Amino acid sequence: MPRPGFVLDVDRSTPPILFHHGEGFRLEKLPPDRSRVVYPAEPLEPLEDPEGAIRHALENPVGDSPPLRALLRPGMKLTIAFDDVSLPLPPMRRPDVRQRVIEAVLDLAAEAGVDDVHIIAALALHRRMTEAELRHAVGDRVYDAFAPHGLLYNHDAEDPDNLAFLGTTPHGEEVEINKRAAESDLLVYVNINLVSMDGGHKSTATGLASYRSLRHHHNVRTMRHSTSFMDRHSSELHSSNWRMGKVIRDAGVKIFQIETTLNNDTFGATGPLSVLQKREWEWTARDRAAFLAMKAGLDRLPLPARRRIFHSWRAPYGLTSVQAGEVEAVHEITTENVYRQQLVEVEGQTDILTMGLPYICPYNVNSIMNPILVMCLGLGYFFNMYRGRPLVREGGVVIMSHPTTWEFHPVHHPSYIDFFEQVLAETTDPVEIEARYEKQFAEDEWYRHLYRTSYAYHGVHPFYMWYWGCHGLAHAGKVIVVGGDRRAVRRLGFTPASTLQDALEMAEDVVGRDATITHLHNPPLVMADVK
Amino acid sequence: MARPTERLARLPRLPFPWSAPPTPRGVEPLPRPPRAGADYDTDWARRPLARVVRAAVVEAVARPAVAVLARPDRRGLDRLDRLAADGGPVIFAANHHSHLDTPLLITSIPEPWRHRLFVGAAADYFFRTRATSALSALALGAVPIERTKVARRSADRAAALIEEGWSMLIFPEGGRSPDGWGQPFRGGAAYLALRCGVPVVPVHIDGTGRILRKGQKLPRPATTRVTFGAPLVPEEGTDSRRFAARIEQAVAQLADEVTTDWWSARRRAHAGTTPPLSGPDAPAWRRAWALGDPDRRRRRERRRWPPL
Repeated sequence: MPRPGFVLDVDRSTPPILFHHGEGFRLEKLPPDRSRVVYPAEPLEPLEDPEGAIRHALENPVGDSPPLRALLRPGMKLTIAFDDVSLPLPPMRRPDVRQRVIEAVLDLAAEAGVDDVHIIAALALHRRMTEAELRHAVGDRVYDAFAPHGLLYNHDAEDPDNLAFLGTTPHGEEVEINKRAAESDLLVYVNINLVSMDGGHKSTATGLASYRSLRHHHNVRTMRHSTSFMDRHSSELHSSNWRMGKVIRDAGVKIFQIETTLNNDTFGATGPLSVLQKREWEWTARDRAAFLAMKAGLDRLPLPARRRIFHSWRAPYGLTSVQAGEVEAVHEITTENVYRQQLVEVEGQTDILTMGLPYICPYNVNSIMNPILVMCLGLGYFFNMYRGRPLVREGGVVIMSHPTTWEFHPVHHPSYIDFFEQVLAETTDPVEIEARYEKQFAEDEWYRHLYRTSYAYHGVHPFYMWYWGCHGLAHAGKVIVVGGDRRAVRRLGFTPASTLQDALEMAEDVVGRDATITHLHNPPLVMADVK
Repeated sequence: MARPTERLARLPRLPFPWSAPPTPRGVEPLPRPPRAGADYDTDWARRPLARVVRAAVVEAVARPAVAVLARPDRRGLDRLDRLAADGGPVIFAANHHSHLDTPLLITSIPEPWRHRLFVGAAADYFFRTRATSALSALALGAVPIERTKVARRSADRAAALIEEGWSMLIFPEGGRSPDGWGQPFRGGAAYLALRCGVPVVPVHIDGTGRILRKGQKLPRPATTRVTFGAPLVPEEGTDSRRFAARIEQAVAQLADEVTTDWWSARRRAHAGTTPPLSGPDAPAWRRAWALGDPDRRRRRERRRWPPL
């Protein structure tokens, strides 16, 4: 029986706590009697028969939807969309759950005699997936059957000929999505709901949308009113997507939603990284030896080699649930299943929130974690891993641990480089950035060309990363980065610190002496339910 | 001049009891225990020492040889994940083109089955003499199977091994393809699966016929593809004939998947139009024609005349 997550009150007997630190780790002693650590739950037992569970979900949909089999008929247009390379994190071991689901859907389609099938990677403004990444996601069988005929491809949010305008929400938000998906008799969307933010109407309204549509919810106002975007009912981001979902439905787009949840088995129960999944006081002699050896080895390797090692890790995630049918009904169950794994009850807020940022975030799979992504991962994703109230009180201090090197992937993140060099050199205020620079980057022909034909994130994407963290930015009184490149950290508008002890000293200037500290022991993923 | 064997026969024999006694005339000689063929006892080949030797042969000899000769592309291993987690015995049933099929499959079948595997081998071919019997049993883990008649003993021995936790590799066609097309599947694999209650994994091998087809003396390197199918579990109340047909159908679907693609193969499978393994029901030339020209190197002209 897996143990649930819990909050540990730190005392003098508490061992040093593991902090992820990019492509490395730190062991930090937290001040006793005023610190606590939020630990994730152990991985839930995965489903014994994933294929059987998928087939069962397709035959027994939830909400107002007939079984998938009944929706398929000869001569129809079927489109299958799936989550892109940003999910799950780290990428999971083969077979990916998307492969399992897509094969099951295609098997039913084959049985029904459906000929016209397109499979689309719903990547919105993310970079295009490479052949190897597509093969990993959908499997060789599906790739070899569809890609050579041009029937498996990446969504292009800048292709005017292949976008369909479906209408406007009562709030004036324009809804424009992939034309093939919009004109299909049935759109099957295959999700991996790694966190509670994923899925629901956001799948189609964001994943298959154009910039014209996305800008209505990927902006500073929406993100500041999403408290947090991991809690749909308090998230303006989701409200906007739900409004768009209604427009899509009213336009006659029939969606059969399939959502899947994974357990917390990020680093495995055995193997070289298993120690990262254990609670520090439960490390055996073998775990300690493995950790020391790993740390010593990593410290001696150059950064590109360390990056290659970490990015080659494939998580042994297990499928914990799969549900299919009508979008909203499916998403309600999915969210509960995500919470079942990740939610940990925490009593009250804290003055100082600490977190160790790992080597990966949704936008640097097989790539480089540049300083903008460090900000997005810390203040965007980790800060927002709460329900109720933020873990840190308003005006409190956020301390993040990450090397934050001044380094960018020139192919994947070209517009990030200019954003960092030009925009952040001028201002770090999200509102000013949005007003002064967004349009220029979003409509830049060169960025558009790179997004469409190379493997670059869209020109506007670094702005979205900045907006993603704007709620955290506005909420926190100070942000300190431990062990980061000083110049890069200062460019982000944060304060660099050499050690955690220094950072805690600096934090005292803002929150006073004897401030309470909470460490979010993440990953494996944990979400705080703050009372 | 006398032959060496004759000269050897003329040598004085050692007296009894240093040598075997002759059988007196008029006395019925005792039946000699069979030392080869279907009754060859292969138990010794599953003892620890023999297993170590076999593992060494598979990993140090067969694997590099297969890598060089067959350059295999192995697909569909993900379909065996659940079975691997259970770890129980399995029957692998494959189509058969070449002597290379066995080493190719032995090196392709994943753990936990690879080193706890026996191969159903034709008693009249691999167990013809004591030497070939011992070599087959040791190197391949072969167990003799009668293919010319129904033999309860072969089946009992294979079933006993499966019940002991050994997995089986069998070629249900009963022999290598004579013309590049498949032959009807016999019921052995299906019978054993039903009797022992174990799943059958259909396997399709493509390309070994180009390397060493039946009748060819020397191998010629080429690429191969091994495709593992989803495990088949006998349905309630089915019989071995129907189950054998299902196995054959599964291998045919894998063949279709290899020739076209997975999606086309699934559509044809559901429509009941999967091309049979046995090829078109047509005269020999058309069957050969339908195979295409898999061996381009044969086209190379050989000089028939001495240089002028």
